[in-house]
Order: sequence, then C-alpha cells, then structure tokens
Amino acid sequence: MAYFIVTSLLKIVGILFLVILPMVSYSVYAERRVSAFIQDRRGPNRVGPAGLFQPIADIFKLLLKEDFTPRTVNTFYYWLAPCLAMMPAIITIAVVPFGSTLFGVPMVIADINVGILYVFAIASLGVYGIVLAGWASNSKYPFLGGVRSSSQMISYELSLGLAVIPIFLLVGSLRLTSVVRYQIEHGWFIAPFIGDWMNPWKWLLAIPMLISFVVFAIAIFAETNRLPFDLPEAEQELAGGYNTEYSSMKFALFFLGEYAAMITGSAIIVTLFFGGWHLPLPSWHGGFHWVFVDGNAPGWRGVIGGLFNIATFFTKVAVLIFMFMWVRWTLPRFRYDQLMRLGWLFFFEIALVNIFIAAGILAFIRP
Amino acid sequence: MAITVPRPNLNWRERMYLPAIVAGLAITIKHFKNMLFGRTRVTMQYPEEKWDASLPDYYRGAPALVRDEDGRVRCVACQLCEFICPPRAIKIIPGEIPSTNRFAKVEKYPEEFDIDMIRCIFCGMCEEVCPEQAIYLRKDYAITGFTRADMVHHKEKLLEIGGVMHGVVLKWNEKK
Repeated sequence: MAYFIVTSLLKIVGILFLVILPMVSYSVYAERRVSAFIQDRRGPNRVGPAGLFQPIADIFKLLLKEDFTPRTVNTFYYWLAPCLAMMPAIITIAVVPFGSTLFGVPMVIADINVGILYVFAIASLGVYGIVLAGWASNSKYPFLGGVRSSSQMISYELSLGLAVIPIFLLVGSLRLTSVVRYQIEHGWFIAPFIGDWMNPWKWLLAIPMLISFVVFAIAIFAETNRLPFDLPEAEQELAGGYNTEYSSMKFALFFLGEYAAMITGSAIIVTLFFGGWHLPLPSWHGGFHWVFVDGNAPGWRGVIGGLFNIATFFTKVAVLIFMFMWVRWTLPRFRYDQLMRLGWLFFFEIALVNIFIAAGILAFIRP
Repeated sequence: MAITVPRPNLNWRERMYLPAIVAGLAITIKHFKNMLFGRTRVTMQYPEEKWDASLPDYYRGAPALVRDEDGRVRCVACQLCEFICPPRAIKIIPGEIPSTNRFAKVEKYPEEFDIDMIRCIFCGMCEEVCPEQAIYLRKDYAITGFTRADMVHHKEKLLEIGGVMHGVVLKWNEKK
C-alpha cells in the first residue's frame, strides 16, 4: 500500500511538473513560433538561443504584474473561475496511459475501469470555469463569452461522446489501458497494420474509425475553444471574451488552461486512435516483422524500453498539438449559427450513423 | 434602401467545405516549410543587421556641427539655424573670439550649441540656411537616452558626430 502511494505520488509529481507544465508553457512558445512561420515572420527569438527561454520570461512577467480585482465583480466566483479553468485539463491526464512500465510500475496515474467516462465527466467541468468567469466579471463582453461557451460545449459534447462509441464496441472495455492493449495486438484503429493486417475486414473497420477520429478531433477543437471554434474568446467581437476582466496570474491560468486542455485532448486522441505509447520498430532479422518494445524486459533494456514508450507517447502528442496550431492559423472563425448548424445537423448525425456502420461491420466479423 | 446581396450558388463540392480546408492547410504548411528551410525572405533583424551601408547620401539623420581642417568649429554663431528651426530645437549662446586668437577675424563662435533631439524633426532647414556650411545632417538615426536631459545634444556631442569637413567653404582663410 505504501509502495503504491509513493509510486503514485512520484508519477503525479513527475508527469505534472516535469512533463505537462513545461509542455504547456512551451506549447505557448511553439504556438507563437508556428504562427510566425506560417505568416512569414520569425516569432520570438530574443530570449536565449532561438528564443527558447521566452516562456520563463513570460512567466516572470505574468507573476510580477498587478493582480487587479475590479470593484464590481463577485469576488468569490471571480477567484474560483481561473482555478476551475486550469484544473479539469490537468486532472484528466490522470487516466491516460503515457507509457508501458518503468521499473515494473505501470505508467498511468489512475488505471480506473471507467476511464473514458471519467475523461468526459471531468473535461466537461471545464465549461464551469468559463461560465463563472463570464458571470462573476459582471461585464457584458465576458458574459457573452460565457454564454457562448456553455452552449458550444453542450453542442459538441454530444458528438464527442458518440464518436468514441465504435472504439468501445470493438474493445469492450472503458479502461484506457485496455484500449491501448487492444491496439498493440490488433493494430492502431486508424491504421491496423499490425496483427493479421491482410484481413480486409479490419481495413473496412478502419473507415468508421477514421470518421470517428475526424468527428472526435473536431469536437475536441470545440471543447478546447480553439480556432475555428474560439467564439467564447473572439478577440475581435468580444474584446477577449470571458477573460477580459482578468489580469496577471489569473489571466495566465485561463491562457495556460487552454493549452493544458489542448495537451490533454491530444493525449486522449493519441490513446484512442493512434495506439497510445505503442510504436513498433521494423526488423529484418529472419524476415520482416515488427519488434514490440516495452518496459518488461529485464535490466537496463526494460528501463530504456519504458523511457522509449514515454517518449513515443509525448512525441505523438506533440505532433497532434502541431496539427492544432496548423489548423488554428489556417481557418477563420465560424459564425455562431454556422457553429450550431455544424454541431447539431452534421457532427451529431455523422457520429450517430457511424456507430451503426461500425456495429454492422462488427456483426459480420469476429475481431 | 435595402440592398439584397446576391449569394453565389455553390456546387456540392464547395458546400462540403472540406476541399477548401485542405487547400488552405496546404498553403499554410507551404509557408511554414519555406520559413523553416530559410527560403522565405523576411524583414531585417534590426540590431544584428543594419541598413547603414545602404543609406543614401541625401539621408537626413541627426544634425551635427563640423570642424574645418584647422580644427576650428565652423559655426560662427550667427543663429540663423536657431531662427529657422521649425520646432525650435536649437539653442545657441554666442561668444566672442579674443583678438589674440588666430581666428580673431571670425569674431564669434558658439559658446554653447544645444540641439534638443526630442524636438528635432530632421527637416534639414538648419543645414540649408547655414551660410558657413557648419551644420550637417548626418546618418545617425538611433538616438536614445534614458532622460530628457540625455536627449539634448551639446556642442561636444554634435562635434563628435560631425567630425571634420574639408574645404567646402574657405572664405575666411585669406583673412586669417
């Protein structure tokens, strides 16, 4: 029991302070660089080599600014909202398996059997931070931002939930580690190239999975308030939206919370569709075959394998974060009625039909 | 008067919206790649790269006083520049050259010559009006200071920027 508590604490501290929080601040830096490159600019390149110390300078700037609370706000909720914006994004990562094993310890903080339900339950709490911020600020633009955010989240939560059902029809368990296990044995859901990859039924099954992936990814965009669905912020129309009245570190919590949510969303997409921490290495010793690497090998090879799995997972996450940024700097924002139309008339239906397609295919094959 | 804006009739491919998204993504990734591999020409990285070498001769930078080849400050404190200066940035206190001096015939020299660079608008009127060709607009453009007092260029500073100007006007030489 004590061993479990100590390893869990180590995992929490390690993953949060060594991986997630640096990743959050560096994704802000990456966003600025990527946007600059896409717009033929250089981006921040002054602080340190290639501007790599920019996040540290930003943090100092945000900490040292005056933390101003306007007189007209509802103070309790005004203070509560930034915490509620940051917290769900971070605690969602608890159920995501970010590696195989390291020194025999499974690399997931909480391997609970309701994994994906927990993710949806916590992720939808994120809207409270925004709504409370909009309401407590006692100002019209933040209020509009809060209202928009709540209706947007409700619209896209549906397709988010429906999109993943085909996966769990196939896996038969809500535990995220078993989703990864299934993909190690049968190939990633997007591209089932492992196992008996000659089976045409498996590739047929990849079609509804691909639809699931597209719907899920777009719904994650809407959930994390990223462009093209950033109506709650909409700088041009709402003067910054729900965070207009915030300054200093409270503003930073909203700002970083958005990036933390993006990282969590990417981590879930990776786990559900791209095989999680799994990356087979090709080998030609005695005919072509895939070599499976994980942390169970004895001695230092196990440690290397475990670290390799963790690195694989976060590399996949980083690639998806780049995709988020790429889309953000390409597409314009949707109009509000377009957003609602898209959510209710297209993604909801597509996700619903997709479940039946997947179930129909599954009725003919026994995976 | 109400105007009905005509909406274009989109075909099914345009209505699907996806080809347009893919095309847009292709364009942005092209820009990203070109920038990453250094194929894009971007703006000059200012403090490291400067355009000093390509400044034209007629460039109007900071005004400066010049000396002639004998080391005399060319200015004779006639105060024409002070009068012509549109923002009144120039302040001159004239002094008399003592009769024992080699340049006694010149009669006057500027005891103090201040140009307030906060006021200066780099118009070049002082250079144009100067009968002695003693004040020139040089190519210095980055004029900075921490206080307002720092931004006033005194005579020494002006002479330092100006340096020595050889034989343009030599009308005093015969009277020396």
